Amino acid sequence: MSVITGSTPVRPEREWNIGWSDVGPFLALLALLLIGFSINQDFLSATNLGNVITRSAFIAIIAVGATFVISSGGLDLSVGSMAAFITGITIMFMNRVAADWGVLAIPAGMAIALVVGLICGLMNGLIVTVGKIEPFIATLGTMGIFRALITYMSDGGTIPIDRSLRDAYRPVYFGTFGGIPFPILISIAVAAIASFILYKMKYGRKCAAVGANEDVARYSGISIIKTRTIAYAMQGVCVAIAAICYVPRLGAATPTTGVLWELQVITAVVIGGTALRGGKGHVWGTVAGAVILELIANLMVLSDFVSEYLVAGVQGVIIIIAMLIQRFSK
Amino acid sequence: MSSVMTMERKGRSVVSEKDGLVSHPVLRAEGMSKQYGPVTVLSEVTLDILPGEIHAIIGENGAGKSTFMRLLSGYAEPTAGTLSMGGRKVGFSKPEQAQEAGIVLVHQEILLADALTVAENLFLGRELMRHGLVDDRTMRRLAIEKLHDLGCHVSPNALVRDISLADRQLVQIARALLDDYKLVIFDEPTAVLTGEEVERLLAIILQLKEQGAAVLYISHRLDEVQRLADKVTVLRDGKMVGTYPGHSLTQMDMARLMVGRDLAALYPEKTVKPALQAMLEVRDLGVPGFASDISFTAHKGEVLGFAGMIGAGRTEVFEGIMGLRPATGTVKLQDRAIDIRRPRAAMDAGIGYLTEDRKGKGLLLQERLAPNLTLSALGRFHPGLLMRRRREQSALVEAVNTYDIRLKSYAVKAGQLSGGNQQKLLLAKVLLTDPSVVVIDEPTRGIDIANKAQIYAFIERLVAEGRTCIVISSEMQELIGICDRILVMREGRITGEVTGDRMTEHEIALLATSETKDAAKQGGRQ
Repeated sequence: MSVITGSTPVRPEREWNIGWSDVGPFLALLALLLIGFSINQDFLSATNLGNVITRSAFIAIIAVGATFVISSGGLDLSVGSMAAFITGITIMFMNRVAADWGVLAIPAGMAIALVVGLICGLMNGLIVTVGKIEPFIATLGTMGIFRALITYMSDGGTIPIDRSLRDAYRPVYFGTFGGIPFPILISIAVAAIASFILYKMKYGRKCAAVGANEDVARYSGISIIKTRTIAYAMQGVCVAIAAICYVPRLGAATPTTGVLWELQVITAVVIGGTALRGGKGHVWGTVAGAVILELIANLMVLSDFVSEYLVAGVQGVIIIIAMLIQRFSK
Repeated sequence: MSSVMTMERKGRSVVSEKDGLVSHPVLRAEGMSKQYGPVTVLSEVTLDILPGEIHAIIGENGAGKSTFMRLLSGYAEPTAGTLSMGGRKVGFSKPEQAQEAGIVLVHQEILLADALTVAENLFLGRELMRHGLVDDRTMRRLAIEKLHDLGCHVSPNALVRDISLADRQLVQIARALLDDYKLVIFDEPTAVLTGEEVERLLAIILQLKEQGAAVLYISHRLDEVQRLADKVTVLRDGKMVGTYPGHSLTQMDMARLMVGRDLAALYPEKTVKPALQAMLEVRDLGVPGFASDISFTAHKGEVLGFAGMIGAGRTEVFEGIMGLRPATGTVKLQDRAIDIRRPRAAMDAGIGYLTEDRKGKGLLLQERLAPNLTLSALGRFHPGLLMRRRREQSALVEAVNTYDIRLKSYAVKAGQLSGGNQQKLLLAKVLLTDPSVVVIDEPTRGIDIANKAQIYAFIERLVAEGRTCIVISSEMQELIGICDRILVMREGRITGEVTGDRMTEHEIALLATSETKDAAKQGGRQ
């Protein structure tokens, strides 16, 4: 135990202490753009990049929610099937009221989506916290439940959105504002709000403390149950927002909607610099992570190196590599 | 004293006085040092351990005893220095290598598998085989033999979870002695034992010595050291003070060498007289599985000590009061009842608790200092939803000055501070909630001497401010040095109270251990 003796002047410092986990995802993103450009000149075209980033928006939005859950020491495997379930319920609700309410059915459907998302998230959260079930098992269970429900609701087929609503709803995915597609704006807004909550509000501090060391949090008088449940609830809301953006893309919900999204979401969070065992969350890193995943998928399509059927395989490899890096850089 | 050392350093071997035979040291350590990053935890330790000799290593918490032992037994590699056995150089990068060379370690903690039987534990990982199958019968027979040698009579078929703590330790010792050993290292073996069990263990150690083994005995119980040791090596703050013949040292000498100054100066002058006004009243508190019938009153301005053996239930009592564990009973703070079933109730009412497990439950080691400082007081510190970063930063500056936390920069993480500075940060963290009762569990565990004195001074200052301080400690000297009154616990109950002239180690030890032999037997029978 060495005590620092003498009077080394100690200055209060601003919290500027940038580590690899902060800049790593963005450097990786930059490197990927350069590699893409060298393979195919069209890669950096505004149209292609715009498309890619728009497509990554769903994953980005859900992954921002997952950043809360994972940072608080939890995990949510149910996000993909939850997204499908919410999409299905929303479309069914809108179709039913479309005749009477006209275009107003759309905002009403969005509200329903948010409420259902909140309830689904709360349910996950309470099973994990009050029920004290391992997050992995609890959300594996709800993942099965949501998937079964959407399959049942669609009778194994598709739930298409009513023709009268299709054109009115289209702009939510395909529209732009100031030349930027709506989904991109929405995911930026979601990430901005999330980083405000995580870095500027007391809740963020509690979330990181619970994730970093449950005992320390408990002994500091922080409620583990409340903190984690809120994280899952926010995850549910984020899934609902993603579902709202997703509805016009295909104009339908099917039993295969959102399949393997949980893999992409968790991968995005991990390559974004948030430790899977909990602790400080990196919201913007997560967003970068989601874009990286979509860029890689895009590269695989544009180039002929690897079959695009292997996209999920490549994502699996990426999450394992990211975890290895986290382990050995510790 | 120093002549002993020079004599040993000169030659490769020492002529033992009695029989005139030349005996090589079993183990010679030269210039052993260990650094973790920039922190030197052990520097330049040199000693010889002869066969048939009990060599004690003493030192305060954090003096480097455990580190030295880890180096000898292959759990850590030295940064500098060499080891030689029987005149040949050796180096261990794994515990198995040390074991193979004949160095066995009896761990301080009980490292046995609860759900397995005594015999299974004894041979775990080195089961005897017969025709390709596990030979249970021989192992059971050998287990009975080996345990019998140690005076332990538990059945080899008993599950480890059902036998008493003392028997578990004997199983652990038997396990270590299954190997061929030249040197047996005991790391604080008596920490969890009662008086009679200690006697039994000391007899076993003397028996090992008679059989010609070398014994390295690490302890801070000076009475045991005095009775056992042929040589005593004293460590202080990671440095070697010296090696002395055991019989030449009194316990006072040892204490002075360990501490490096007179003990009296360690504790602050008691200036505050406790008031008659009751601050914390606890009645009939029960913590299922750990404590029952706990009733006591702590007064304003009082330093109240809780003494007892490890496992007596002291920590659990206060975790119960803090709502961190299920508990029953009534707790009143300044005549107002506290709902102990609600986790934050006690903290909000004004009781602060500093955990004994600083690194595991007290601080977020990967986090910076400011978030750690305000974690218990988030609501008080940041009213509303938003955080006040600037206020937090100035609170940190204030805490650093008030509690003399030594740091290189405000940007360091809590885990980078030394043990003493972590403890000061934890104290600052708890005091940020402005508690009227501060409970400090093991206030100086793993802390160097300079920081210790400061912590004691802070405790005195807390009571001077009109707060009440409750100190839980396993160091009797410490409690006697700082407390106005000491309650002694044994097996989940308060067994007595000592004040004034009766505050002696003897008196406390008596209350902490007597009658326990019946209970231990009961445990063995279960």
